[in-house]
Amino acid sequence: MEYIIIIISAIFVNNIVLAKFLGICPFIGVSSKVETSIGMTGAVTFVMVIATIVTYLLQKYVLDAFGIGFMQTITFILVIASLVQLVEIILKKVSPSLYQALGIFLPLITTNCAVLGVAILAVQNDYNLLESVVFAIANAIGFGLALIVFAGLREHMDMVNIPKAMKGVPIAFVVAGLLALAFMGFAGLV
Amino acid sequence: MNQLKNFTKGFFKENAVFVLFLGLCPTLGVTTSAINGLGMGLATTFVLVMSNLVVSIVKSQIPDKVRIPSFIVIIASFVTMVELLMQAYLPSLFEQLGLFIPLIVVNCLVLGRSEAFASKNGVLSSIIDGLGMGLGFAMALTILGGVREVLGSGSIFGYKFIEGDGMLVFVLAPGAFIALGYLIVIINKINKKTA
Repeated sequence: MEYIIIIISAIFVNNIVLAKFLGICPFIGVSSKVETSIGMTGAVTFVMVIATIVTYLLQKYVLDAFGIGFMQTITFILVIASLVQLVEIILKKVSPSLYQALGIFLPLITTNCAVLGVAILAVQNDYNLLESVVFAIANAIGFGLALIVFAGLREHMDMVNIPKAMKGVPIAFVVAGLLALAFMGFAGLV
Repeated sequence: MNQLKNFTKGFFKENAVFVLFLGLCPTLGVTTSAINGLGMGLATTFVLVMSNLVVSIVKSQIPDKVRIPSFIVIIASFVTMVELLMQAYLPSLFEQLGLFIPLIVVNCLVLGRSEAFASKNGVLSSIIDGLGMGLGFAMALTILGGVREVLGSGSIFGYKFIEGDGMLVFVLAPGAFIALGYLIVIINKINKKTA
């Protein structure tokens, strides 16, 4: 039951993009086509889950054990940066086709604050290892849902006749606002 | 003259939020009120100036290949300093900004200036660039926070001048997107006129 609450809450009620404002850069940046946003979602899911597991173990057995919690930010960002690099190297060897598909998105993930945000939130919420993993997967799904729905909307927006000053990013923000408004309808679900 | 231009570009022509669209997560996340926006903006300015300063000093010592990780470590050290200082001296603001303080590390604006400016320019210009970009960012956050506070709760910097609750939606998540969208439209219009 706890896990279901974590999943529903992370995907719909506290959606990572539309309610918590994490990962806005890729949300605005790569959401112009549905296809690329699916690729981005795959890469983010992959890194987010692994990063959360590694940072959880580090927090528990290194930072907490030695009482150096103030090193959290530096440790986590280094872990994520090297993890992205590692994933890139491994994928290149093991599955060239997947590497081709995710290729350009992998380096972008280091600066995706959703990954660091989820890792820190999992620690702050006092989740155990399994809960942290579920939390990371659910947030990745929430990120993907918002990104893909938004990309679908933007594909249609290209054909709409709007004032010139609103073209591109401004209209994207206004539409994102309306999407966030729609997601607010899920509030109170859990 | 040149340094002056270097300083002022961060405010309008290359404003991080309105023109370059960098650092959007904290921009949307913390601007529920003008004072939160200002606090976040000043914290980011501090990190930006200090990391620009250090990067411009040590740039010749860093091998090109490990440039980005080194920059991130430098930035993360200053972010940790800000985090600890705020927790000690401004605990209420620290509570409000919460998660977004450690997330200054992944603010693309900070890493972007280290990579694009401080790693190529001298110490003085790097400090001025960091100061200009940072204050421009703070200005944008304060404006957005101010707009949302006025519309959402009828107050500015905590001073209430309209009775009642205002339009609650502007304090909540959707209002952030909509307010920023329309602010960018206005800036686009102004920039087009002056250009």
